[in-house]
Amino acid sequence: MIVETKLNLPDKARDHIVGDIDAPVALLEFGDYECPFCGQVQPVVKAILDRLGDSICFAFRHFPLSNIHPHAEHAAEAAESAGAQGSFWEMHELLFQNQQALDDESLVEYAAALGLDEARLIREVLSGAHAEHIREDFRMGVRAGVNGTPCFFINGQRYDGARGLEPLLAAITQGSGLYVA
Amino acid sequence: MANENGRYQNMYSKSRRSALPPGTNAPDFTLRSTPDQWLNLGEFRGQPLVLAFYPADWSPVCGDQMTLYNEMLKEFHDLGAELLGISVDGAWCHAAFARDRKLHFPLLADFEPKGDVARRYGVYRDKDGVSERALFVIDANGQIHWSYVSPIGVNPGADGILSALEELQNKKGNAVMAGAK
Repeated sequence: MIVETKLNLPDKARDHIVGDIDAPVALLEFGDYECPFCGQVQPVVKAILDRLGDSICFAFRHFPLSNIHPHAEHAAEAAESAGAQGSFWEMHELLFQNQQALDDESLVEYAAALGLDEARLIREVLSGAHAEHIREDFRMGVRAGVNGTPCFFINGQRYDGARGLEPLLAAITQGSGLYVA
Repeated sequence: MANENGRYQNMYSKSRRSALPPGTNAPDFTLRSTPDQWLNLGEFRGQPLVLAFYPADWSPVCGDQMTLYNEMLKEFHDLGAELLGISVDGAWCHAAFARDRKLHFPLLADFEPKGDVARRYGVYRDKDGVSERALFVIDANGQIHWSYVSPIGVNPGADGILSALEELQNKKGNAVMAGAK
């Protein structure tokens, strides 16, 4: 059962998290590795994390639109499988950098590049070992009001503004009293 | 998503019509679902039905309402419901759109007389010649259980639909319990 209050906030118990869960600002992204808009916003997210440092907690949940993005589901599963080997964010970054090559063979290459156990990744992706977790991410997103990708929640509020660095950063720091480096 | 839709929002007039409210009998209709097939509302008696009016085929992919619902079909089916999309586009346009987005549910053509069904549900925009982005959940007896009109540029997501379908399921459960007493 999904706990209502955690739908739009990072949850340490189940999410991949950057930063301290108790940081003043919480940013949650629902995304799809094959979505071009998610790829475009990835450098913006990295810049935000760089600029806000310890002041922000970031979490990513999967929202694969599998019918229009045929590789999105396996890409998400590969990220989760890498995560099970302690390398979620490294794989996350590689997948967004290589959105044009997300077929199964490429996923295995990325696992090799990261020095992961490739056989385990293949086994987990092909058996759908992480499929249920990804589906739960998706369902939580729908319940939180995600209506497309990428979709951001800033301190639990859906952000519908422009996705450039300046507007996102402004929305995040607005009223928080944070100093931005 | 919001960004792309925001641009289109300016192209539509501001007027909002009032959708038929809950408790109303859903007006009957027969519309083309493909160039050579027709679909009648009465065929869905006995189960909940989601009727999703939208302005036009071919809105931007990652934030597209029909694309999102397509990913949600399992959740709708788990709640015993079927889904129908409906717009003023013709059957051939719908066919091309459904093929491109790999949609696995029917799109109805409210094409001739144009917008007639949307008008009867109170969600036609005369000035624009398209329907609102309007959702109806119709119960097993053909009565409207829930309706919602979204700002035309905003994909309403699926949260409201799921809540309405769950209410119907709970109601049914309670009726069964009462009958058993």
